[in-house]
Amino acid sequence: MTRLLTRRTMLGGAALGAGGLLSGCDALNRSPAFQNLLATAEAGNFHVQRALGDRMELASEYTTADLSPTFRANGTRNPDTQSYNASAARGFSDWQLRVFGLVSKPQSFSLAALQSMPQRTQITRHDCVEGWSAIGQWTGVPLKLLLDLAQLRESASFLVFHCADSLGGRPYYESTDLLDAFHPQTIIAHRLNGQTLPIENGAPLRLRVERQLGYKHAKYLTGIEAVASLDNIGEGKGGYWEDVGNYEWYAGI
Amino acid sequence: MKNSKTPKPMRHRLTTRIWHWVNALCLLVLIMSGLTIFNAHPRLYWGEYGANDDYAWAAVGSSQTKGYVRFGETRFDTTGYIGNWEDRNGNIQTWAFPDWATIPSSYSLADGRRWHLFFAWIFSFGLALFMIRSLWNRHIQNDLHLRRGDWRPSAIWQDFRNHLKLRFHADDRDGSYNIIQRFSYIGVIFLVLPIMILTGLAMSPAMDANWPWLTDIFGGRQSARSIHFIGMALLVLFFLVHMITLLLAGPWRLTRSMITGRDTKESEND
Repeated sequence: MTRLLTRRTMLGGAALGAGGLLSGCDALNRSPAFQNLLATAEAGNFHVQRALGDRMELASEYTTADLSPTFRANGTRNPDTQSYNASAARGFSDWQLRVFGLVSKPQSFSLAALQSMPQRTQITRHDCVEGWSAIGQWTGVPLKLLLDLAQLRESASFLVFHCADSLGGRPYYESTDLLDAFHPQTIIAHRLNGQTLPIENGAPLRLRVERQLGYKHAKYLTGIEAVASLDNIGEGKGGYWEDVGNYEWYAGI
Repeated sequence: MKNSKTPKPMRHRLTTRIWHWVNALCLLVLIMSGLTIFNAHPRLYWGEYGANDDYAWAAVGSSQTKGYVRFGETRFDTTGYIGNWEDRNGNIQTWAFPDWATIPSSYSLADGRRWHLFFAWIFSFGLALFMIRSLWNRHIQNDLHLRRGDWRPSAIWQDFRNHLKLRFHADDRDGSYNIIQRFSYIGVIFLVLPIMILTGLAMSPAMDANWPWLTDIFGGRQSARSIHFIGMALLVLFFLVHMITLLLAGPWRLTRSMITGRDTKESEND
């Protein structure tokens, strides 16, 4: 009898505990201080992951036999603005990619100009923060070549990638530090699987930053801005999802 | 009159007790925040890649009227529990796992990831420190070590039958662990938990650049994700068995001994 009561109390306690745990977790989740505590893990991930490699380690590359049959598109599938649609109708022949900000020689590249530069083709795995992966073949200009032409100033610490698409009225953007910017696999891609980059995957230009999750790979690129700090860009967290959705700026995991 | 009880030797060392509770909290948070992350894409694949158009060996299906779990070609109706459930406000939700099983209770992939990646650090350091300490103080060698006789099918069968008869310490050698306990503790501590850490890291694109072999040993990123999920299911199973045996063998005494370290076998039900 005692045992039975004991067990019943125990189970009741467990159920109460579970309920309390849930609302407790939700209360903690709403607390800015607790969110800041949780977010310290990002710094740990960033520093440890950077320290583990030789900092220029390449992401795995695959063969054409490994390609995903279809490369899933996610996020904006078409910016669908008047100017974007007009440019798309002209095959993006008038598209310009500006490189500006803390650079000595601001640049503006047409699609044709980018295509005439040395190219890199890589078959890599795209890892979405949601959990799925797709393997695709990307061709584009190494970002380093554009930065060498624009000549970053000493004060530049980050690159901000401006995009033609908006979500919920906010322009999409992303940013990386200079280590990822100069990484050999970081390219401004204009081809996917040997074809002109489809609109749903970011036509005409898309960033590939292979050692991070998909939301860092900004689509519909219009400009690359060199900045000293991310504080005055958007809401200051370094990217669209970082600003609106608490995603981490460092997306290596 | 004062009872002159001779002090019993400690049943659980301090490191074991601290780790047990830290680990229990971490696993609870990791499982529940992990289910939030799973809800973002409730499909599991084998191999390197896998997305909506690719074949998933396991998937949750959702609609406004029903929810189901599919393994291979076999569907199980889970309406009301998984894929279609009623939230606390009485609204039908079509996320895979329901609010009571996830952290936070309303879907936020970003918040789920924050909880998961923060507690993953505590869990990993805790496990590493516990392993080192338990090898150092010979807890592993003395209490959990699998002896040659333990592998004899007849011995395992005998212990299994004892469990069915609820005789957990039939060959009680001063509170030592029985064969099935030692197998499951060693299996969880040295196999399942480390595999959870390794498959978690194998899903990271930065780790893929740093340590490509890590993803390879699990057969690709999506295989690592599937194994991570299966490992979670095994840990839930371990937890359930752990709770059932706890309830059957004396919940107060055993819980107290995991808190105070002392075993007060004769004073059960006090």
